Amino acid sequence: MSVTVRHLREQFDDAVQQREASTLGMWAFLTTEILFFGVLFAGYAFCRVMFPEAFAAASRHTDMLLGTLETAALLTSSCAAALAVREVQLGGRRAATWLLLATAALGSAFLVMHGFEYVAEYHEGLIPGLRYTQHGPHAASMQLFFCLYYFITGFHGLHVSIGVGLLLAMAWRTHRGAFDQDYHTPLELTALYWHLVDIVWIFVYPLIYLIGRAL
Amino acid sequence: MSTAERIAPSYLEEGFSLRSWLGTRDHKRIAILYALGITFFFFLGGLAAALIRLELVTPAGDVLSAETYNKVFTFHGVVMVWFFLIPSIPATLGNFLLPLMIGARDMAFPRLNLFSWYLYIVGGLFTIACLLLGGVDTGWTFYTPFSTMFSNSNVMLAVVGVFVVGFSSIFTGLNFIVTIHTMRAPGMTWFRLPLFVWSMYAVALVMMLATPVLAMTLALIALERLFGVGIFDPALGGDPLLFQHFFWFYSHPAVYIMVLPAMGVVSELITAGVRRRIFGYKFMVWAIVGIAVVGFLVWGHHMFVSGQSMYAGIIFSILSFIIAVPSAIKVFNWTATLYKGDISFTAPLLYALGFVGLFMLGGLTGLFLAATALDVSLTDTYFVVAHFHYIMVGGSVMAYLGGIHYWWPKITGRLYSEAWARFAAILMFFGFNLTFFPQYVLGWEGMPRRYHEYLPQYQVLNVLSSAGATILAVSYLLPLGYLLWSLRHGARAGANPWNAQGLEWTTPSPPTLHNFEETPQVTGGPYAYEQP
Repeated sequence: MSVTVRHLREQFDDAVQQREASTLGMWAFLTTEILFFGVLFAGYAFCRVMFPEAFAAASRHTDMLLGTLETAALLTSSCAAALAVREVQLGGRRAATWLLLATAALGSAFLVMHGFEYVAEYHEGLIPGLRYTQHGPHAASMQLFFCLYYFITGFHGLHVSIGVGLLLAMAWRTHRGAFDQDYHTPLELTALYWHLVDIVWIFVYPLIYLIGRAL
Repeated sequence: MSTAERIAPSYLEEGFSLRSWLGTRDHKRIAILYALGITFFFFLGGLAAALIRLELVTPAGDVLSAETYNKVFTFHGVVMVWFFLIPSIPATLGNFLLPLMIGARDMAFPRLNLFSWYLYIVGGLFTIACLLLGGVDTGWTFYTPFSTMFSNSNVMLAVVGVFVVGFSSIFTGLNFIVTIHTMRAPGMTWFRLPLFVWSMYAVALVMMLATPVLAMTLALIALERLFGVGIFDPALGGDPLLFQHFFWFYSHPAVYIMVLPAMGVVSELITAGVRRRIFGYKFMVWAIVGIAVVGFLVWGHHMFVSGQSMYAGIIFSILSFIIAVPSAIKVFNWTATLYKGDISFTAPLLYALGFVGLFMLGGLTGLFLAATALDVSLTDTYFVVAHFHYIMVGGSVMAYLGGIHYWWPKITGRLYSEAWARFAAILMFFGFNLTFFPQYVLGWEGMPRRYHEYLPQYQVLNVLSSAGATILAVSYLLPLGYLLWSLRHGARAGANPWNAQGLEWTTPSPPTLHNFEETPQVTGGPYAYEQP
């Protein structure tokens, strides 16, 4: 009881109301995130329908192996985040801290792998506006694919970076004993955010790396 | 009236330093901060409008060059849409009243609320910087490929300004949604909410769901300008029409961000002004929700002549006619509320009645424009300009000012001069009609918008319009004068000077920091006026 009172902000009547408000706030925020990404997916769908061959040709330039490894890293990290929340709910502070650190590490690994992809693509001359050296029948329209690719993965990478920062902060707070069975809303909401980052990638991965590759 | 007795200091007396204002978490103080910013931008945008009307007094383009004229109307649009109309009622009256009306101590996220205001200011600074460095000439719509490839003006600064202020409205919307869901006092069920709260709920949904699309689209424009390639670039096969779809997916719902709050305000003003229960409360609620939902599905009516498919045009046209139905329900219900009412023509009621009339005229001419065949000849004429000014200026600004008057005693604890206020309201109504009704005729006769010169045959109506604008300017400056005067010299207002219903009137004027001494218990619906 004393723990929940300690964290209660003055505008709320009780801990339940505060928890409900925070949770709804995060869900509402995630809804706006879906619309942010929705614009990019809509743009992708439109351009893909207009230029199917160019998009298939362009997607063959992406690195499927790295993309798959990134997917694996992100999915595993999401599992670790979920386990961390469960550990805190059961009172396992130490395990939760390690699981959160593991989540952040996998998130960072995702970013590093994507960095390697970007560097390789720069050398290959696939970045419109910076270094684009492609020729051939679809070279012009392929740039649409790459614009979308960099915008989507860049925007997603920004989310991953913010998520890693949040996870590290949560790991620190868990380690310091800020959370227990009664009060762990920030941790839960961070995990919720991290799952969104993960879910968005589940859509990005096939769109960028898989569809039309074999055409 | 035990709660009305002064026990704690009012929110205005909680601290007098600049820091106590700029670091405040109190929703009422944040509302005041917004009101200051919004008033500043309103007169800044109004100044641009004055320049436009001055230029259009004569057929020749003699006051402003074509380039400057483009920049002036762009600035007018950007400032009025994003820095005045969209935040106007939600961020000031909404922020102030929402917790009071539902019996809460504050918003769910007070710090986020203050952060939204800072975003608003930062966005505003970018826009002012854009103006000082030479302005932007794309029109408020930033249409590609002009905005991405050809314009030599400060598109980037304007885009960044609007992008930033977009986050301000996203977070405000989020705060409203969570507050209404989780912070209602015991007994305040959904169908006991005042209609103003319902309108805030609907508008918050629209802000939250539409604004991200605008933000992302503007980011795409910025990147395309920065790197010279992008998905709107026709040279690569990209499609400028795609930009228009994205833009209007936000900007048509944005029209409802501007007018839904006005509808909420007017429902409060009319019920208090005629001392009657609102006619058809549930119909009013569903009409608000219906407008918010269908408002998302009509954006294509801005693109009837842009080259979208004929079938898309037909569907958007039908949907645009459909959205007139809930709007009409609201007008009928306001009118029916007046029936057998104890009508006293106070300034707030005059504003509200002005709103109903002007909104109706603006709405009906909207049906002209929703008809695909008619729209072909009316697109980009002054008919469109007149139509949306009837909704936004005649509708939203009238309602905003009516609301400011109605709740002024609550916000400031002072009474304004009723005689001056009535005079200003009536002057505004006539000034507005003189300004914008001639523009319907001009548009019908074929005068295109966005040119600094015109054929001599249009001069008479343009002079009338400019004369009306002068009257309108006076009627906007008047409230600034007598409202500020009342801060020092106005009589002290009691807790409930209008003898109105609603939880906000059970608190002292001005309210204390936490609004209510104890959490109110709600036992009935809103507008419980005695029926004749």
